[in-house]
Amino acid sequence: MKEKIGVYICHCGGNISDYVDVEELSKMFFAEENVIISKDVMFACADSNQKAMVNDIKENNLDAIVVASCSPKLHLHTFKNVASRAGINPTNYVQVNIREQCSWPHSDKPKDATLKAAGLIRAGINRVSHSESLDNIEIQVKRAVLVVGAGVAGMKAAIDLARLGNDVYLVEKDYFVGGRIAQSEKLFMSGQKGKDIIANLFAQVKSYNNITLFTGATIEKVTGSLGNFHVDINIKPRYIQSNANPTMLKAAMNDCPISVDDEFSFGFKKRKAIYKNYDEACPDVPVVDVEALRDADEFIAKYASCFDFKQQDAVLSLHAGSVLVTTGFDSYQPKEGEFGFKTVPNVVTLPEFNKLMALHPDKLVFNNKAIKSVAFIYCVGNRQAKGENKYCSRQCCTSAIYTSIQLNENYKNITAYHLFRDIRTYGKQEILYEKSSKQGDIYIRYDEKEPPVVSQGAKSILIKVKDFLTSKKELEVEADMLVLVTGMVARDDSKLISEKFKIPIGNDKFFNEIHPKLKPVETVIKGVYIGGACQGPKNISESVQSSLSAAAKINALLKGGTVSLDPIIARVNNDLCVWCGKCAEVCEYTAIKEVEEGDKHIARVNEAICTGCGICAPVCKTNAIEIAQYTDMEIESLIDGFMQEVTLTDNETESHEEAENETLKMKEFPQIWKNILQSIDGGKKNIPQIAEEISVDTDIVTYHVMTMNKYNVVMADGMDEKEASYFYKRKN
Amino acid sequence: MSKENFIPKILVFSTDKISDPGIDQAGLRKLHYSPAVYVISLPCSSGIKARWIMHAFQQGFDGVFIAADGHECSYSPKCAEHTNTIIVESQVLMKENNISPKRIRMAAICSVCAEPFVNHMENFSRILSELGSISAEKSLVP
Repeated sequence: MKEKIGVYICHCGGNISDYVDVEELSKMFFAEENVIISKDVMFACADSNQKAMVNDIKENNLDAIVVASCSPKLHLHTFKNVASRAGINPTNYVQVNIREQCSWPHSDKPKDATLKAAGLIRAGINRVSHSESLDNIEIQVKRAVLVVGAGVAGMKAAIDLARLGNDVYLVEKDYFVGGRIAQSEKLFMSGQKGKDIIANLFAQVKSYNNITLFTGATIEKVTGSLGNFHVDINIKPRYIQSNANPTMLKAAMNDCPISVDDEFSFGFKKRKAIYKNYDEACPDVPVVDVEALRDADEFIAKYASCFDFKQQDAVLSLHAGSVLVTTGFDSYQPKEGEFGFKTVPNVVTLPEFNKLMALHPDKLVFNNKAIKSVAFIYCVGNRQAKGENKYCSRQCCTSAIYTSIQLNENYKNITAYHLFRDIRTYGKQEILYEKSSKQGDIYIRYDEKEPPVVSQGAKSILIKVKDFLTSKKELEVEADMLVLVTGMVARDDSKLISEKFKIPIGNDKFFNEIHPKLKPVETVIKGVYIGGACQGPKNISESVQSSLSAAAKINALLKGGTVSLDPIIARVNNDLCVWCGKCAEVCEYTAIKEVEEGDKHIARVNEAICTGCGICAPVCKTNAIEIAQYTDMEIESLIDGFMQEVTLTDNETESHEEAENETLKMKEFPQIWKNILQSIDGGKKNIPQIAEEISVDTDIVTYHVMTMNKYNVVMADGMDEKEASYFYKRKN
Repeated sequence: MSKENFIPKILVFSTDKISDPGIDQAGLRKLHYSPAVYVISLPCSSGIKARWIMHAFQQGFDGVFIAADGHECSYSPKCAEHTNTIIVESQVLMKENNISPKRIRMAAICSVCAEPFVNHMENFSRILSELGSISAEKSLVP
């Protein structure tokens, strides 16, 4: 039990004290047992107050503190640091939220707000009385990062991590790097080709000795935790001799008699059985399609020096301090019959159409038909009212419009129809929408409840659509090609990756960050980060931003060689534990294992893996497992505190006049107030004059002078000649 | 106390990362709810113990509301399932102590669910007002 507790109750300018009688509360708690100091302060977070708190703690040998102020989301760490600076363990500090969860929502009932605040503070005192001094968990970390996925996001992160001095293992499932970007042609907004971007990034990857790239590699097994992940990867063979002559290899690629459908080009062309995805694909080593080449004995014999058919899968163990997952996305594949896909000829997806344009740069021909009109249907596979993909992929509108612009630039006289639900060309991408509209593209808006109906017409594709903007008048569009503007979906193998690294998956099947705004690249697994489109739809720029953000986080984590973790983790009472295995069963992170202790088996928590979620605690029938800082004693003492009887002094008899005239008696003003009063110095000054004299921004001075005015510390005294601002003088 | 003057006391279990910011949001937007609502924030709603819920009733809370993360929980995709199990276990204990199972409720509250939270508090207060004070109902051994 803590016996010397300090309580600080914040006015927050007036945000709290306008509705909660903080002065009365500070007097009330001063009389509490074990409370040595109880103060009301104007701004608890002000530097001057923090210094005063440190002095109080040291002078009075306080062993715990409670600050009743705003939400802990804002200042928990501020006051934990105050505790640390004063020599108290930060776990002996409790923050009580009397602003967001008291003065503001109950501003309509000030007396009730004061009563509630009393309960909240008393609960905080109870909790801190039972608080334990817990040390952070120190973990040694290896300064190496495993980056899973060598697309644009993964490569950019790998380059930055290597530049900052980390060893990087870059693991790519495909035989060639680049992911979806390598498959793309010209990209909005820059017009660069995906292949060129990838070649540039690959050259940078190669220039760093501390990046090791593994292609054709998949994640097999993951053990360990933050600082020390042990990851087994499986590397598929290329069946190419390591010392093969490059000229001979090139000749073999040209002479290869076997051709198969090229999946990389969506089957629009053939590729050889010894191949690269495209001529400039990186790394510059081809792959042998052994299955396709099986019967080509003569060819194999001719180029025997190039091949090594004895190569087998190899498993390699890597040791990394942290993991960044940048596995990207899949494009939505429409179901058979969805807007005529695979049932009506000349219906393709947007990525397929872009590839088709690249393969026919001079004249657009498909299925032996010259294309004169193209219709685009938007939001295919996304924003589904009935399907699973409720989200918007937000880059596909711009992508389709950019394709339409290229259609106009590359070929002559092709009419483009855009059948859309909403156009989402946010930011600078709006310029492309304007350009497309000006070049004569026809935009028709449809309602999600009445989507276009696609059928095969006599000569071309017939699309019936109700124009939402002309009272749903039914229009018939005839087009030589129909392009389905498909959105992004989570990769097929995301569940597999999730199971290996224990990354939570959302309803949309993308990986889940801790918080989309406040912790957008962190996962609940310590040391495992996510970046790029594996966490949700993003364009290239946004993907790179998120992966670089994760890289910066990881570098900050690993650069010191050790990591300090919050001590909020599960712990087992060995005497009570009878090992039933329930706790291990519900733990999502395999943080609990069965161990032998003396003559019995008990549960043991791996501190580095445990996330402190607490799922294990309620399932324990012997109550042998608990979460530090959320013990039965602490939670039940909070409940007791809420319910303890509170009696307030009846202040309502005080006259209003008296209350208004009463100058706020603060034990200590914030430093900026002292500076402002010093500037006024017995005379009167306006805000710009004060701001200039004390060298503080006018807005800040305005805020403080207004608050001082409210609390009768200063008062207005006429206006300046131009009647632009008031003069203020000290009151009393 | 007559039913008209009765203001039910509600204990809310929220979660640090998702539902507690949603409750903060209600305050930030000055949305009003009953001042007899008290909140305890935890890492995850799956970590609530039935004994804490029973302790709340024993101390005089008229209702317990679990502001869960639902499918947004960053710890476990089975969070709602686990939390539901805790509620069912609690309701068994509540029945044993002659406490109406209606005195416990759960709903998913996200980090911007200010209005839904306030609506839940209003509805729950109404239900608890109809049930009356816990003191007339419970037979908990202190």
